[in-house]
Amino acid sequence: MKLIFHIWRQRDGRSPGRMVRYEQDGLNPDMSMLEALDVLNEELILKGEDPVVFEHDCREGICGSCGFMINGVAHGPLSKTTVCQLTLRHFDNGAELYLEPWRAKAFPILRDLMVDRSALDRIIASGGYISTPAGSAPDGNAIPVSKEAAERAMDAAACIGCGACVAACPNASASLFTGAKIAHLGLLPQGQPERARRALRMVARMNEEGFGQCTNIGECEAVCPKGIRVEVISRMNRDFLKASWTARRAGAD
Amino acid sequence: MSATAAQEGIPKPRLLRFWETTLGKKAVMAATGAILALFVLAHLIGNLQIFLGPDQFNGYARALRHLPELVWPVRVLLLISVLLHIWSSIELAVVKSEARPAGYRRWKPAGSAYASRTMYWSGPIVAAFVAYHLMQFTFGVGGTPYNRLDPYGNVISGFRVPAVSLFYIFAMALLCLHLRHGLWSLFQTLGFYHPRHTPRIHRAAWLIALFIFFGFISIPVAVMLGVIPPVL
Repeated sequence: MKLIFHIWRQRDGRSPGRMVRYEQDGLNPDMSMLEALDVLNEELILKGEDPVVFEHDCREGICGSCGFMINGVAHGPLSKTTVCQLTLRHFDNGAELYLEPWRAKAFPILRDLMVDRSALDRIIASGGYISTPAGSAPDGNAIPVSKEAAERAMDAAACIGCGACVAACPNASASLFTGAKIAHLGLLPQGQPERARRALRMVARMNEEGFGQCTNIGECEAVCPKGIRVEVISRMNRDFLKASWTARRAGAD
Repeated sequence: MSATAAQEGIPKPRLLRFWETTLGKKAVMAATGAILALFVLAHLIGNLQIFLGPDQFNGYARALRHLPELVWPVRVLLLISVLLHIWSSIELAVVKSEARPAGYRRWKPAGSAYASRTMYWSGPIVAAFVAYHLMQFTFGVGGTPYNRLDPYGNVISGFRVPAVSLFYIFAMALLCLHLRHGLWSLFQTLGFYHPRHTPRIHRAAWLIALFIFFGFISIPVAVMLGVIPPVL
């Protein structure tokens, strides 16, 4: 099978980039999108050219490393699928594919299709945790959690931090990511002591990193490979609004 | 000022810190949008009385004029709401434009509605319409015949100008789109989402937006078709 790629090539954050056209023949429809790029890169290396840089790790859709835009949709046309799990059989033979990196001020381009997503890590570090003694294991079922809360927390915790929500959002908002973390911890008893502080700090950090605002349009939900729902954003909004007005000390948490 | 205050360990006022976040601005936009939407509904119910004849319509207008203790607080509230709604939208437009300095060569909507992506188009055009609307029917400087004591006649003579009626209908279509997204979005922004209720809010937003559209445009359409007759 043959595909025509138009790939964003950029040496580093300071250099200008451009779209470069590659025709790749001899692809197997059962290959993943990343394997197609591997084949392309092998040939580029043999020709003495620079291979296309893209981030990847587990290649089984659970690590959150990979991801780029395919024809204007984050992770490509298949819903709830990362690019490493997207097989070529979903495309027509001879299809033209435009591959572009995630675009956001908070995601500086490192090279080609690879961006620096450390901003998401810094949002987590600002409050996406619980403070607890991590010594011995607690007794089983010592802290009751309802079935529904456990399920919903687990749904939110499915976020792999790939950044597709930011990439798909016209405002480059990280609300789905941040909301997922806030909802995940806020639904569980262990997350309650720091709940107000978490919302205030993570929202502030999200803004400082230069992510845009949420306009509730739902592009993030549509492209999220883990099916995180915009409900988590309304939980973030609620926690933040509540914390903003009920925090006892101004300036602190 | 804020830098010095932070250095001296004086925390910023709570309201200012709230306003400085995108969520704070969105909450202001949602709350003021709700106030403006309620006004639009009340305004529509007032306007539809034109179908009950000139005495009813002009009598309603006269009753409002004789209630300054109701009209003026509402006008002040609406003015503050409009200003805050526009101010927050301008500040957020700046945030939005800075958040993605370089755009995509290709971008395809995967799950968003047309109305939700065009709020920055529908909003300013509706605002421009409101400015003209006030000039025409409140201040009497809209270029159509105006008599302060005869709102019924003002409506008839105003909407007999096709350009005025067409702009009105166009603006109402955009207002309908704006409300179709805004009316449900404000619940999400203010922190209410429920898998059972949110789809209902979606449907209600559509219905209310369509009611507002057809309700308002029924007046210029009726005037142009001669259904609402001028008083001779």
